[in-house]
Amino acid sequence: MNWIGRRLPRLEDPALLKGGGSYVADRASKAAAVCFVRSPVARGTIVDIEIPSDGIIFTGRDLVDVKPIRPILHRPDYVAIGQPVLPVDRVSFCGQAIAVVVADDPALAEDVAEQVFVDIDVADAIIDFEAALALDATPVHPDAASNVLVEGRMRTQGLDKAFADAAEIVTLDVRSHRQSAAPMENRGGLAEYDAASGRVTLTASVQMPHMLRTGIADTLGMPESDLRVIAPDVGGGFGQKMSLFPEYVVLVWLARKLKRSVAWIEDRRENLLASAHGRDQAFSLRGAFAGDGRLLGLDADLRSNIGAFSCYPVTCGVEPLMAFAELPGPYDFAEYGVRSRGVTTNTCMMAPYRGVSRPTLTFSMERMMDVAAKRLGIDAAEIRRRNLIKTFPHRSPTGLVYDEGSYLQAMEVALDAADLPAFRERQAAMRERGQYLGVGLSVFSERTGYGTPAYAARGMEIVPGYEIVDCSMDPSGDVVLRIGSSPHGQGLKTSLAQLVSDELGIEPQRIRIISGDTDATPYGWGTFASRSMVIAGGASKLAAGKVAVKLKTIAATLMETSPDNIELKDGWARVSHSNQAMEIGALARAAYHQSHRFKGLLPGLHESAVYDPGGTFSNACHVAMVEVDIETGGVRIERFLVAEDAGVLINPMIVDGQITGGVAQGIANALFEEIVYDDTGNLLTASFADYLPPTAAEIPEIEIMHMETVSPESVTKAKGVGEGGAIGAPAAIVNAICDALSPFGIELFELPATPQRIREALRRAGVATYA
Amino acid sequence: MPDKRDVTLAVNGKTYAVSIEPRRSLADVLRDDCGLTGTHLGCEHGVCGACTVLVNDKPVRSCLMFGVQAEGKVVRTVEGLADGDTLHPLQQAFWENHGLQCGFCTPGFLMLAAGALQENPDMSDDDIKDVLSSNLCRCTGYQNIVKAVRLAAREMRARTRA
Ligand code: FES
Ligand code: FES
Repeated sequence: MNWIGRRLPRLEDPALLKGGGSYVADRASKAAAVCFVRSPVARGTIVDIEIPSDGIIFTGRDLVDVKPIRPILHRPDYVAIGQPVLPVDRVSFCGQAIAVVVADDPALAEDVAEQVFVDIDVADAIIDFEAALALDATPVHPDAASNVLVEGRMRTQGLDKAFADAAEIVTLDVRSHRQSAAPMENRGGLAEYDAASGRVTLTASVQMPHMLRTGIADTLGMPESDLRVIAPDVGGGFGQKMSLFPEYVVLVWLARKLKRSVAWIEDRRENLLASAHGRDQAFSLRGAFAGDGRLLGLDADLRSNIGAFSCYPVTCGVEPLMAFAELPGPYDFAEYGVRSRGVTTNTCMMAPYRGVSRPTLTFSMERMMDVAAKRLGIDAAEIRRRNLIKTFPHRSPTGLVYDEGSYLQAMEVALDAADLPAFRERQAAMRERGQYLGVGLSVFSERTGYGTPAYAARGMEIVPGYEIVDCSMDPSGDVVLRIGSSPHGQGLKTSLAQLVSDELGIEPQRIRIISGDTDATPYGWGTFASRSMVIAGGASKLAAGKVAVKLKTIAATLMETSPDNIELKDGWARVSHSNQAMEIGALARAAYHQSHRFKGLLPGLHESAVYDPGGTFSNACHVAMVEVDIETGGVRIERFLVAEDAGVLINPMIVDGQITGGVAQGIANALFEEIVYDDTGNLLTASFADYLPPTAAEIPEIEIMHMETVSPESVTKAKGVGEGGAIGAPAAIVNAICDALSPFGIELFELPATPQRIREALRRAGVATYA
Repeated sequence: MPDKRDVTLAVNGKTYAVSIEPRRSLADVLRDDCGLTGTHLGCEHGVCGACTVLVNDKPVRSCLMFGVQAEGKVVRTVEGLADGDTLHPLQQAFWENHGLQCGFCTPGFLMLAAGALQENPDMSDDDIKDVLSSNLCRCTGYQNIVKAVRLAAREMRARTRA
């Protein structure tokens, strides 16, 4: 029986459904409680911190020996800045931790924290990143000459000629407002001190446990072997839980200092205020189009607000450099000029959030295609047809090599399913009645599962990418897989079990996967960037494949045939064209207990494999159909279609879940969620009453269709699929809104397209709306 | 430290005698004093619904209720939903229909749905979606949660008729 391709219910679920999940807060009740005192202002000099006499409180002065978090890119255009784990002299954003309180329980810790008085000499904060770019702007960091901390530039030779030859030049300014990944579980950590060994075990809600171990050990100057990091059940991450945060360094420092266990469980306000944000970007694009709609060249100025600090390990280059490299997206054109800057401000740090830059860049390119199509009198689908990549491998102007995909086919499949002619009829009829329907397209590429070369190209000092997997079968024939990836909701354990089942011929239920424990797994890079199925999957397949070879050799010896004649299936090793067979469990037992019989084989069944691929591109087309209420500016999504090509689907149910969840976040990005600061850098959206994740009422049914391009770039033939939903949805939705409002000539270039923004656009177009 | 009060709680058919501060939320009491950590906290300000439990059969946000207020009431949490090893139809449907990813919001959704279906077993599909929009999930995009609850409702109706 083949397990790949089946909608197997997840092996993770029974425990989670019964309340038996084990998240960090569930393990923390016996530890002392930690509460951070946070800066009430965005910028200023710390004059004094008055601490009450009867509490356990530490400030930056107590931690002067702790190194700042200072991620590095080896590029001449990168300025490294350090983030003190607790600052001594100045604060750089509202919510920055400046002191730490330890008490018996969280409520008491908060009581004490409230009595800490912080005297800060407040300075004018730099909040608007466009203003921060001004030549005379005060630098946010005194040790950096300007507020640009990273800059990527390139220009192909023929760009000027492309613009000179253009029949139409489309210029647009796109703005994506700041968002939070807002996982349902906030951050949190429990640092337990073991008096006997002096070791600390940090259990934390994180995506990259090994990286955290290295980062904390470096920062504290402690032996890395004295620290164990565990990522237990993690309640969502979406990139927010990748980075090394000061809070975790402080927790380990406290455990060692106080020689006791301490826990910090973040609340929602802290999470919105002080974890990490993303997507705060302003892109200016000029596209040179030929008369037939072909894009000849693109000139782009991209600005990303990276907040007050650079995130570790991926650095503040993550958004600007991704935008720099991947803006061309699914389109085939040669001439490209780009300047992409990361700008620092007195706001919460930017860190990866599902899709990283690609929601904004896809939004930009797809808006540009629609605007160009309208100007040139070409249909929106047709202009894409003329520009999409059709031959593979394709080399982009920035040197990225796209493996085979189905850009054009995916769009045609989605369009067919959407039945545009019928929609256009309905749209016309409804318009007569004053109801405004619109349809929008979004075609994009999603670079997934990339190994070390992609990160090395960015000049990262810490180059992630590969995965190591250990696979061992015990004497009963059950399997343990130890992985460096660190899943947190993706169902990776189920998918990997299916993959390995097919290699070894045993049921997925017999495969246990161990992740998220630095004492029990090989060094790895955790789960992010749509990488785990491709890379950890690839390494798992290779490691299990080695075990399979050994099993076949043992079976062949015992049944006196050649290993090539052995097939592993349904728990048995069968000799082909014969009735001879042995249970896999019996072979495993022989491998351990009769090892003397197998000449040339090491005893046991334990293999390792490494996989470090170059990367593979998934692709998709999203189609949104919306109705816009021109009085309220409200948008209702009627239909949402996705034609996705993620290669071979290991578990289609899980893949669909990733797409649907991603689209929901994309819808949030398109219509609802926005982190808002006032001019002084005070956060106005610090609760779920102000920051608005959508509910079941706002998310429509997502209709998903699959294409299956098999890529040689992935040993499992699977491509990554974690981010695509979030990448494509904003563009499709806003294109649909603009289509709906085309009678008024309205074009929107801002995310999210809130009712207020839509009403404002309508009013500017002379339509009466609610104020 | 504020004075503690002795309170007896009835949770999932068991009695818990706890000594708690009056300011302590029911969620904290369930999690830390009763050791029932299946009830989760996603916001602690009444919006996300991760902390939903049943109090006298009604879904309640346990982050917005004090533990002392639960004295004399009957509380049910996600740990009390399954019948021994047999999953509740809602749990079974969530499992079969991929109604959870990270699982953090799941106990809240299960208890919300359990309470709503107990009150009205005949909820229409639209009513179900409406009720479920009280809680937040960041992973699933809701589609499979809504589907799971609709199927479970059908299954539960069929069982009562049988
Ligand atoms: S934790 Fe109670 S509603 Fe969010
Ligand atoms: S499954 Fe993760 S928040 Fe709902």
